[in-house]
Amino acid sequence: MTSYGDSSTLQKHPWPDARGRYGDFGGKFVPETLMYALEELEAAYNEAKTDPAFQEKLAWYRTHYIGRPTPLYYAERLTEHLGGAKIYLKREDLAHTGAHKINNALGQCLLAKRMGKRRIIAETGAGQHGVATATACALLGMECRIYMGSEDIERQKLNVFRMRLLGSEVFSVESGSKTLKDAINDALRYWVANVTDTHYVLGTVHGPHPFPVICRDFQRVIGDEARAQILEMEGRLPHTLIACVGGGSNAIGLFFNFLGDEQTRMIGVEAGGISITPGMHAARFDGGTYGMLQGAISYVLQDEDGQIGSTHSVSAGLDYASVGPEHAYLFKNGRVEYTHASDEEALRAFQMCSQLEGIIPALESSHAIAHAVKVAPTMAKDEILIVNLSGRGDKDVTQAAKLLMPDEEF
Amino acid sequence: MNRIDARFAALKAEGKTAFIPYITAGDPNLAQTEKLVYALEKAGVDIIEFGVPFSDPVGDGPVNQEAALRALKNHITLKDIFACVARIRTNSPIPIVLFTYFNPVLAYGFVGFARDAAAAGVDGVLCVDLPPEEATEYKAALDEAGVRTVFLMAPTSTDKRIELIARNSTGFIYYVSRLGVTGERDALETDLRSAVARIKQHTDKPVAVGFGISTPAHARDVASMADGVVVGSAIVRMIGQLGDTPDMPEKVAAFTKTLVDAAKVI
Repeated sequence: MTSYGDSSTLQKHPWPDARGRYGDFGGKFVPETLMYALEELEAAYNEAKTDPAFQEKLAWYRTHYIGRPTPLYYAERLTEHLGGAKIYLKREDLAHTGAHKINNALGQCLLAKRMGKRRIIAETGAGQHGVATATACALLGMECRIYMGSEDIERQKLNVFRMRLLGSEVFSVESGSKTLKDAINDALRYWVANVTDTHYVLGTVHGPHPFPVICRDFQRVIGDEARAQILEMEGRLPHTLIACVGGGSNAIGLFFNFLGDEQTRMIGVEAGGISITPGMHAARFDGGTYGMLQGAISYVLQDEDGQIGSTHSVSAGLDYASVGPEHAYLFKNGRVEYTHASDEEALRAFQMCSQLEGIIPALESSHAIAHAVKVAPTMAKDEILIVNLSGRGDKDVTQAAKLLMPDEEF
Repeated sequence: MNRIDARFAALKAEGKTAFIPYITAGDPNLAQTEKLVYALEKAGVDIIEFGVPFSDPVGDGPVNQEAALRALKNHITLKDIFACVARIRTNSPIPIVLFTYFNPVLAYGFVGFARDAAAAGVDGVLCVDLPPEEATEYKAALDEAGVRTVFLMAPTSTDKRIELIARNSTGFIYYVSRLGVTGERDALETDLRSAVARIKQHTDKPVAVGFGISTPAHARDVASMADGVVVGSAIVRMIGQLGDTPDMPEKVAAFTKTLVDAAKVI
C-alpha cells in the first residue's frame, strides 16, 4: 500500500484492545447467537488485513472504481468570505456514489465475499450507506437487503429508488421511532436469523467489536490521503480538522492519521437539531450519558431508566441516539473536541457552500461547514483548516427546498 | 436454597420437566401482571420469566416488541417491577427470573440492581444482549446477592462457548432453539434433540429450551429432551389480545395449562 507518512497515531492511540475496548467504551454486547459471527468476522478480517492480495484488490477498486484519492480542494471564495483560516475541503462527495460511505461498504463486501457469504444486509439512515452497499453488491454480484426507517424513506425517496435500481431490496422499518436506530434493530434481527450465510455491513464506527475497527480501517484512507495532500500542497500540517459526527465514520476516517499530530486540533460536530432539549437533537456529548446501545458502550441519549431517547435532526445521517465508542474515548480523554450545529445553521451553511463554491454539500456535511463558519474567522490567515465534505447534497435538495422555499410546490 | 435451584431439584426427583412462561411485566399494567402470576402458578407453571420492557428489544420479534411498547407507555421501570415482585412475594414463592436487556441494568448500576432484585425476591436474571465475557462485574454483583445468572446458549455456540456459558450460568442455561428472534413458529428445529444432547455433554446444569415453542405438541416434544420448556410469544400475544379485561389472567392461565399439561406428560 501507498505510504502516507504516518503520524505517530498508533503509538499514542493503541485502541481497540483485544476485547474491542477503547478505554471504557466499546465491547461486544449482542445476543449469543451473534457471538460466533463476530468471532468469525474478526478472524477473517485479521487475516485479510495482512494478506497482500486482499489489500491490493482493495487498492485497485479504490483507484479504479471509487475514484480515489479524492481531491483536497482549497475553497478560496469561502476562505475569503469568512476572512480567516485557509479552508480546504476533503472532497468525499466526489467518491463514487457521492459520499465516503463507499470506502467502508466496498471494503466490507469484499471481505464478506472472501468469507463465502452470499447475502449482504445493511441499515441506512440518509440512504448514503444503503446506496453504497447496494452499489458494492451490484459490483460484486451479491444479494442485498437494506433496512430503512419509514420516516427516513419518506425524506430520502430518491435514494430508495437508487437502491432498488441497483438491484437491492429495501425494507421499510415501522418499529420504534422509524429512523436509523430502528433500521439497525431490524437488520440485527434479520442477521440473528440468517447469520450463517449473511454478512451485516454496518455503516459506521459503532456496533459490537470488530465493526468499529473494521469501519475505521476502511475509512482512514480519508485522513491518510488528506495528510499526504496537505503536506504536499502546504508543506505543513493543518491547524484544525472539522467533521460531522453521526455514528462518526467520516470523522474517524479524517482524524485517525492525525491523532498523533498533537499540534492539530480536531472538532467533531454533532446534530444540534432544533434545540438541546430531550428529543429535539442528536448531540450525544451534550445530553448523553454512559450507556450501551446496539452492541457498544458509549454515550447514549437515554432517560434515567436506561430507555433510549428519541432524537431529531434535519439530517437523517446524524439522527442517532449513540455515537461510535472511539469517539466516546476521544471525547473523554480530550483529544478531540465535540460541539454541535443546529438545523438552521446547517441549512445556512448548505446554501453558503453552494453559492460560494458551486458545491452542494450533504446536510450531514453542512453541519461541519456550519462550524467552520464559526471558527474560521477566529483563526489567523496562515492557519489551515480542513473540513471533511463527507457527501454531496443532491439527495437533500427536495427536503431543503421544502424548508427554504415553503410557499412553493416541489 | 435459591427457589430456582430448589424447583429444578424437586422436578428432577419427580422426573418432570419445568414449564416456564414468559410474560412482559406491566403489560397491560402491573396489577394485572400480579394477578396473572397467581393464575399461572395455579395452572401449574414452575418458574416465571418476567420480561423487563426496553425501548430497543433487538432479540425480540414483533409480539414481544409490541408488549414492551405497551408496558413502556405506562412508564414501567425496574423499580416498579421490583415493587411488583415484592408484593407477589407476600403471597407466592413461585420462582421469578427477570428477562432483560443490558442498558436498563447498566443505568441502574450493577450493585444496586443486584441488591434490590434480591431484596424484592427475584431469583435469577437473564440479560439477552450480555455475553459472559462482558459480564464480569454484573455477575459478581448478582453472585454476591445470591441471584442466579442465566445466560443464553445458541445453535451457533461453539464447544468453547458452550463451556464458557455453562461455567457462568447458575440456576439454569437457556438454550435458544433456533437462529432468530423470539416468536411463534410452526415447527421445532429438527436437530434440537442432538443440540441439547451436545450441551449435556458439557454440563450437568439444567437446560431450558425456548424461542419458537408455541403449541402443546411443541411443549411435549421439548419436555422429552430438556429440563425446562419456555413459552413466550404465544402467551404474550394472548395477553395483548385480551388487554386490560377482568378475566384476562384466567383466560391466559387456561391456555397456559394446556401447554403445562403437555409438558408434564413426559
